[in-house]
Amino acid sequence: MRHQVILISLLALCIGLTVWITNMDKIGVMEPFTYREILKETQRHLLMVLIAELIVIPIGVPLAILATRPGFKKLAIPIIGGANMGQSIPSMAIVAIMVPLLGMGFWPAVVALFIWGLLPILRNSYAAINNINPAIVEAARGMGMTRGQIARKVELPLALPVIMAGVRVSTVVVVGTATLAALIAAGGLGRIILAGVAVSQPLITLQGAAPTAALAITLGFILERIEKWMTPRGLKAKAEMS
Amino acid sequence: MIKLDGVTGVYPDGTEAVKEVSFEVEEGELCVLLGPSGCGKTTTMKMINRLIPITEGKIYIDGRDNTEIDENELRRNIGYAIQEIGLFPHMTVSQNIETVPVLKGWPKAERKKRAEELLELVGMDSGEYIDKYPSELSGGQRQRVGVARALGADPPILLMDEPFGAIDPITRVRLQDEFLKIQQEIKKTIIFVTHDIYEAIKMGDKVALMNEGQLVQYDTPANLLYRPKNEFVENFVGADRALKGLQLIRVKDVMNSSPPTVKADEKAEAAKERMEREGIDWLVVVNDDGKFLGWANQAELGRGETVREVMSPPAMTATVNTVLNEALSLMLSSRLNTLAVVTRYNRLVGVLSFDAIQKALSEIAQRGESE
Repeated sequence: MRHQVILISLLALCIGLTVWITNMDKIGVMEPFTYREILKETQRHLLMVLIAELIVIPIGVPLAILATRPGFKKLAIPIIGGANMGQSIPSMAIVAIMVPLLGMGFWPAVVALFIWGLLPILRNSYAAINNINPAIVEAARGMGMTRGQIARKVELPLALPVIMAGVRVSTVVVVGTATLAALIAAGGLGRIILAGVAVSQPLITLQGAAPTAALAITLGFILERIEKWMTPRGLKAKAEMS
Repeated sequence: MIKLDGVTGVYPDGTEAVKEVSFEVEEGELCVLLGPSGCGKTTTMKMINRLIPITEGKIYIDGRDNTEIDENELRRNIGYAIQEIGLFPHMTVSQNIETVPVLKGWPKAERKKRAEELLELVGMDSGEYIDKYPSELSGGQRQRVGVARALGADPPILLMDEPFGAIDPITRVRLQDEFLKIQQEIKKTIIFVTHDIYEAIKMGDKVALMNEGQLVQYDTPANLLYRPKNEFVENFVGADRALKGLQLIRVKDVMNSSPPTVKADEKAEAAKERMEREGIDWLVVVNDDGKFLGWANQAELGRGETVREVMSPPAMTATVNTVLNEALSLMLSSRLNTLAVVTRYNRLVGVLSFDAIQKALSEIAQRGESE
């Protein structure tokens, strides 16, 4: 409850700031961006994030689960280690390296966001499956469930909340990182931020940053609801008790 | 029937966990695998349903080599109960119990009926608990559900891996008693793993004592106590084997089933006179339905008009199936040297006296010496 109050206050603050700045006459020599422009960049920003996530989820989750399978345990080190290393490269470098590889524009930016968003999903999904109490899995085997049945009926439902948390973290991180996409002419709210930097007008920068934050908060909130909804009831009761 | 023939289990890292173990468990028998941790008892059990592969030797289930049966088929016909943590936390009690029936494709109505039956069998109200989640139950209740789940598809064989291990001592004793009662009804062939010698003696028809992967002695609990095969068995059983032998005797074997009773509304004076006349120290106070109300002793009877006014309250009671060492500890914590034996509905069926336990103890000791 308190958590939600804080989120809603922050969201209101971000939207309030955006409205306040957009309604100004002039900021220095510049006119603020119009609502129309902000909306357009927000849409573009959102599109980039959603496409990146829609590619990351169906690749990252199965890949992580595969790394937990007995026959593929050797994959775990390169997959999780590689993803960890990927995260240690500055996000700006990942965006920048797209230019010589794939050129400028929307799609190279999506690829950069895909790489950046992969780690939280890989790491969470891997940990989610690996942290399931081995006694539960053994009980399932001992009762005659096949590998597939164990994965479908036991491991996946138990891991789902943690996997979904990975999706949420990934999405929120990618919303922030997507502001860098403006550097390679992919547009998005980063364009407004960069414009503010170029003319040394913090208020303009804020005009791009505030809606970005609002977007991150909103997506985070929606995904958190989905996460709760997907959590099996038996696990919720436990969380309430402890 | 389960038959192990020269079974050896070697782990991929080369550890020989089980070395040439052979024994047979008759149909309807409860066989306890007992031993210190790391002795190979759990490995032996898991080779029966092939959770761990057999390296050498054969295991026959009703005459069939278990490696010739599809492993999932095999496991669906062998109930498997482990400590309470093995329940599926995201499934309700009924979904947990219905696990194997679902795998076997039973129709829904039949599964539901079975889950309700089993829940009642393990002493839980099906209406109240069937839709609860494991996290909403106590440890003891979870363990009951674990047993019910193992019985889900009515398998002829049960494997139980320290099923009562994580439970507090009082609840454990109760679950053991109840499980023995259930076993009398269902007559399954059971392999029961424990490291607790008390539990082994109490539960087992046969006990297989293992050490360092080898079967040291396979015998009845009484023979294990009084005819230990070697020093290891003797040490494992311990010096207090006479006391442990009390586990083998139940209250019904030694209780006085026609104790002197008095009705609560009788005159205290009359009761006192009767005790003097018959030369007894106590009377059991019951009501008109034969329910146990308390104790009356001579010194206190002088202080009131009716027996009800002066009797001592009931303190502890035992049932006919309580094993003697538990009865003894109940007695030590109650005021008199006697323990009332009652039915589930608190109806008096007898009295266990300290003398009777002493007599049983000396008989056991003699038996030990003569053998």
